[in-house]
Amino acid sequence: MNNENTVMENGQVRLKRHMGLKASNTIANTIIYIILIVMSVIWLLPFVFIVLQSFRCESTWQVGYVVPQQWGLDNYINLWKSDFKKWYLNTFIIALVVAVLQTIIVLCMSYTLSRFRFKMRSTLMRLMLILGMFPGMLTMIILYRVLKDLGLTQANAVPGLILVYIASSGMGYYVSKGFFDTIPKSLDEAARVDGATRAQVLTKIILPLAKPIVIYTVLTAFMGPWGDFVFARYVSFGTSAGMNVAVGMYNWLNLDQIGARYTMFCAGGVIVAIPVAVLFMCLQKYYVEGVTGGAVKG
Amino acid sequence: MKRYSDLEYLKLSKGQKFLYKLESFFLAIPAAIGRFFLGIGRFFKKLGLGIGREFADLGKTFKEGDWKTRGSYLVMGLGSMARGQVLRGLMFLLFEAVFIVYMVLPQGGLFWLGKLDNLGDQGVHKVTENVFGQTVERVVYGDNSFRILLYGVLTIFFIIAFIYTWRLNIKQNKIAQDYERSGRHLSSGRDDLRALVDEQFYKTLLALPLTGILVFTVMPIVFMILVAFTNYDGTHDGLNNLFTWVGLDNFNTMLGWSSGGTSYSAAFGEILTWTLIWAFFATFTNYFLGMFVAMMINKKGIKLKKVWRTILVLTIAIPQFISLLYVGKMFAKNGLINLSLINLGWITPGNELPFWEDPTWARITVILVNIWIGIPYLMLIATGILMNIPADLYESSRIDGANAWQQYTKITLPYMLFITGPYLLTSFIGNMNNFNVIYLLTGGAPTNAALSTAAGSVGHTDLLITWLFKITMGAESKYNMASVVGILVFAISAIISLVVYSVLPSIKNEEDFQ
Repeated sequence: MNNENTVMENGQVRLKRHMGLKASNTIANTIIYIILIVMSVIWLLPFVFIVLQSFRCESTWQVGYVVPQQWGLDNYINLWKSDFKKWYLNTFIIALVVAVLQTIIVLCMSYTLSRFRFKMRSTLMRLMLILGMFPGMLTMIILYRVLKDLGLTQANAVPGLILVYIASSGMGYYVSKGFFDTIPKSLDEAARVDGATRAQVLTKIILPLAKPIVIYTVLTAFMGPWGDFVFARYVSFGTSAGMNVAVGMYNWLNLDQIGARYTMFCAGGVIVAIPVAVLFMCLQKYYVEGVTGGAVKG
Repeated sequence: MKRYSDLEYLKLSKGQKFLYKLESFFLAIPAAIGRFFLGIGRFFKKLGLGIGREFADLGKTFKEGDWKTRGSYLVMGLGSMARGQVLRGLMFLLFEAVFIVYMVLPQGGLFWLGKLDNLGDQGVHKVTENVFGQTVERVVYGDNSFRILLYGVLTIFFIIAFIYTWRLNIKQNKIAQDYERSGRHLSSGRDDLRALVDEQFYKTLLALPLTGILVFTVMPIVFMILVAFTNYDGTHDGLNNLFTWVGLDNFNTMLGWSSGGTSYSAAFGEILTWTLIWAFFATFTNYFLGMFVAMMINKKGIKLKKVWRTILVLTIAIPQFISLLYVGKMFAKNGLINLSLINLGWITPGNELPFWEDPTWARITVILVNIWIGIPYLMLIATGILMNIPADLYESSRIDGANAWQQYTKITLPYMLFITGPYLLTSFIGNMNNFNVIYLLTGGAPTNAALSTAAGSVGHTDLLITWLFKITMGAESKYNMASVVGILVFAISAIISLVVYSVLPSIKNEEDFQ
């Protein structure tokens, strides 16, 4: 009798606990959904605001409401009439060239450090770690003066900026080296046994396998110049023809211009963001792989 | 402090274990610093011994060498050419010729080196000339301190490269001589070229990246370190008014060791404190909140996982300068938020919320906006790592009766911390130098009037890195002080990394991963 009771009680207790768990799980999920929805709103709102304000015609200045009272394309038309075209073209050229050259340099560097064991290897890696701790801002002054001596500043800022961006890009080899490290070395060795040279191993065996990391490197290299602000501002030095979008549009928000240009800034932001964001979203998968791998490798 | 054996440690209560760990961490710091200096000592000892060995080897090679080897001491590549390695020999000879020509040219290496001791005597100045009986004043260019320093550094780099190549040339002679004696075949020019795409392919691959790093990173850093010991600024621009060496004066001013520098040292102390506070909060708020968001999205039973992630990732996809500048203006005194609140009647004009005007508000707002910017990255990283945690760990802990919090503290968190330890360090250092977020949001505002100097304004949200930038942009353009700040930032980052690395238990062996 006693035993039966305990068994029954145990069963009921378990059943109750199970139902309790289920209920608490539903509550937990509901809370999570609420948090996620609130977060999504917070994360998306600023971008919705930018888009809405870029269509506002009644005032070019900041106002206390979001939905325009008069819709129109005035801001985009003004944008077309301004120097924005030039800046956009500058940035696009820089981004394109940098994406190609930086990818080549980073791949050379990371592949070598992943596959070859040579005398200075660890010294080299340690040295680059140390160099990376110097604030890059520090070197701007001299690079600016050198570029100026070469005539690559102000109106000619574009080639100057490209040169500086790609020159030091070898330092950012960590993520792709981490990727190459995960490709088994036995592949290389097998190809070498079959008589392939090291160069052939790279071009015939490794590169086809490295598609994700190549796309990741191209993507980050392409996106970098769109956001670079400090050095670009230094090099263009107030000359509109040499500015990139970040520098040019930053000036629109200065106190003396913001009154007339605020909505134009929003329109410009939309025009800059759309292609970059679309590209990014398409290649998102590779970006996520790279970021995750990079953090794990440290 | 008492050291426990493993068994004794396991007997401790939770609190004691924690205290023990904390104590061991801090007690390990002096040892770590000690090890660091010992390491430096060992490095110099090794360096000295190495140089001694090199000289001994040079002497020995000369004594035992034939005429080809001995001749190479003077004419680089002679030995290689005499032994039939023409391509190699020609390269050596060409390098030597270029070096000698560069050094002796009128405006060449020796010229710049000679001026390096005081960085030039006279800048732009006027000379009076007698032209056809009339006295005429004429402006002439004098020295240019900037160029002297720049080319001086370049020349020193060149000399080091030359010495290295010269040594290489001797070494190769020795090897070739040994080969000849034992009758082995010497590699021909074609063999050398083939090796560059095969055994020595790494040299080909590294040539371009390393040249870039040397010219555009190493050289400027050396140059700027040297600038910290000069009086290079807006008034001493190196052209009209030359600059010259001032020893440790700038460091004394910055660190308050000299009487004249209170304004700099006070500003430095204040900004450094805020920089560290900022880096701490920016790193850890993002880290834990990002992990939290990732766990929420990953939780079983949550639908539309992809949608939530995509919405967050959109922040990464849009160039930061747009989102930062826009959000910065949103919080402005006459920005969207304040104006909307006035429209809603919640606040009255004149009582706007001081997001960027009040120091404390501004500091909290930048940290909050940084969370908005940073969570998506951390969410991505955490998602990748969380998916790698073996599911059976959770399963078995659940059977043992662990609740969600216990699972988090005993499984998820240790796993995350172990894997992302080095990442946390890099992101802490990265946040210390996070120029874009601060400069595009606030530009350092609100101004800290008490600390602003003639060299530029200091703001309450200024980090060392934005302050450095402002110092170089101000009317006085104190490049020398900016360099000092840069060097100190480097020193602080280096010390933090060294301490953390030597205390962290999980220094990963690189080869383990391959």
